[in-house]
Amino acid sequence: MLPGTFHCVHSRFMMGRSMEINKDLVAASSTPIVLAILAEADSYGYAILQRVREISGGRMEWTDGMLYPVLHRLERLGHVEARWEVAESGRRRKYYRITSQGQVQLAEERRQWQAVDATLRGIWQTLSLPAPATHLRAAAPLSQGA
Amino acid sequence: MQVSWDTASLEEQIDQWRNYLRRRQAIHSVDVAELEDHLREQIAGLIEAGLQQDEAFLVAVKRMGSLDALSREFAREHSDRLWKQLVVAPSDSEGAGTRIQTDAIVAISLAIVAAVFIKLPALFGIDLDHDAGFYARNVSLFVLPLLTGYFAWKRRLDTRTLCWLAAGFVAAGVVANVYPFASEGSTEVLTALHLPIALWLAVGIAYAGGRWNQVSGRMDFIRFSGELFIYYVLIALGGGVLTGFMALIFQAIGIDIQHFFQYWMLPCGAVGAVLVASWLVEAKQSVIENMAPVLTRLFTPLFAAVLVAFLGAWLWTGRGVDIERDALIAFDLLLLVVVGLLLYSISARDRRSSPGIFDLVQVVLVVSALLTDAVALWAIAARITDFGFSPNRTAALGMNVILLVNLTWSAVLYIRFLLGRGSFASLERWQTDYLPIYAGWAALVVIIFPPAFGYI
Repeated sequence: MLPGTFHCVHSRFMMGRSMEINKDLVAASSTPIVLAILAEADSYGYAILQRVREISGGRMEWTDGMLYPVLHRLERLGHVEARWEVAESGRRRKYYRITSQGQVQLAEERRQWQAVDATLRGIWQTLSLPAPATHLRAAAPLSQGA
Repeated sequence: MQVSWDTASLEEQIDQWRNYLRRRQAIHSVDVAELEDHLREQIAGLIEAGLQQDEAFLVAVKRMGSLDALSREFAREHSDRLWKQLVVAPSDSEGAGTRIQTDAIVAISLAIVAAVFIKLPALFGIDLDHDAGFYARNVSLFVLPLLTGYFAWKRRLDTRTLCWLAAGFVAAGVVANVYPFASEGSTEVLTALHLPIALWLAVGIAYAGGRWNQVSGRMDFIRFSGELFIYYVLIALGGGVLTGFMALIFQAIGIDIQHFFQYWMLPCGAVGAVLVASWLVEAKQSVIENMAPVLTRLFTPLFAAVLVAFLGAWLWTGRGVDIERDALIAFDLLLLVVVGLLLYSISARDRRSSPGIFDLVQVVLVVSALLTDAVALWAIAARITDFGFSPNRTAALGMNVILLVNLTWSAVLYIRFLLGRGSFASLERWQTDYLPIYAGWAALVVIIFPPAFGYI
């Protein structure tokens, strides 16, 4: 399910610090990101985080624990459903599944983010300044899996 | 060998981390389980990536984020959790759920048994109107053995302790019913008042469940007693409202509930509520902030102000203290309140924190109470020969001496603590060590006073 898992953990250690993303931006983007990952397949906390790292090429770093209040909020709002299952490891694990209401929410979020994205792209173009250097990693092309 | 030792230490570390997490009230144990699963997965991943076990643990914990930030986030999402819900049993782990349910069933059954006990004598023609003395002397014997039994069951007391406690209750039952009390005489009233205090020690020993000889065990019992009192008062208020409504609506259809209320609802409710309140206090222990220390904080400065004002006025006006025959009881109650305030502020205080302004207020309260009592005792001593040593006056004087000794030494210890020459723990120890003395004095009044004063 998650081919990049160990590679990802490994690369993080090789690369050191990741890019800092503003707290508000992380908070705002967490809903669509989590919903989108769950739209791919049912998942659980740790795997969701791995997926985030993988898709963002390590540029999005969430503090692990902070994901859970987000998941609980989505659960309260009815965007996701949770169930406990016994994982292969024998431990009980809480899996999350996106609901139809969550699908609707995801579409709505997507529409809004695309509008924001399009606006920003337009502005970056008119400014025509050279893009600032980011610590992009060779190992992680952005388009992969997104 | 090496591997198994490592695994053990990793488990220990995870245990420790889990315990830290559990202390956060915004994070429930289901969430802890979810986070633990995450942590373990993370550790496994990191080990696979080539880290040592202890390194993996540290990195995984670090990535989880600081506990404060985490519990803040959880609290933001689950703000209701800060308003802790009682009685709604936490349904997270089945074991805890059934235990809470069993507790509830046992407590409520015992409350019903207590209600049956209090009505049982009526079957033998002993009714509340004509044999009020019997009920007054025995009321604690209808309830406290059941409460003791409840804690004996909960704490799994050993048989030896159980035998001692049972013997105590039997002895109390014999003394309360064999002595030929004059009807509604002072010694009978004294017995009715002091027997519950003496027997409360038995409840305490059962409550502490083997920890009675530790300061913390006795302190927990003090906390329990205070919370129980507050819960009992709240339940009584609720019962009052219920009765009021009942009377009103039944009156509307021409039925008078006076008799039912007086002979059934009030006695059964009053004894049953002790058990229900005890169970609630036990169940909510970790759920709600204790009330007694909060009230203590509120009233300590106010009582201190009143006492200082009294002493100031007494000195300023130079008036003699006009002592009525039974004024001693009022001063006993004053000392009792002050001891209570002291006790409950001690029970909630962090032993390690250094003296603060509240400690100073506490000392002012204790010292002013001592001075007030000294003023009263002085006035009484002058006239004690006129009044004579009646049973009531002797009992009141004894109580006064006991409380006075407690407060005097407390004041000494407290001042030493303020001056940085003593520890707060010694004050705590003094107060908890003193508990058996109250019970001992109460037992003395119950056992010695009636024959000594001729059962009047």
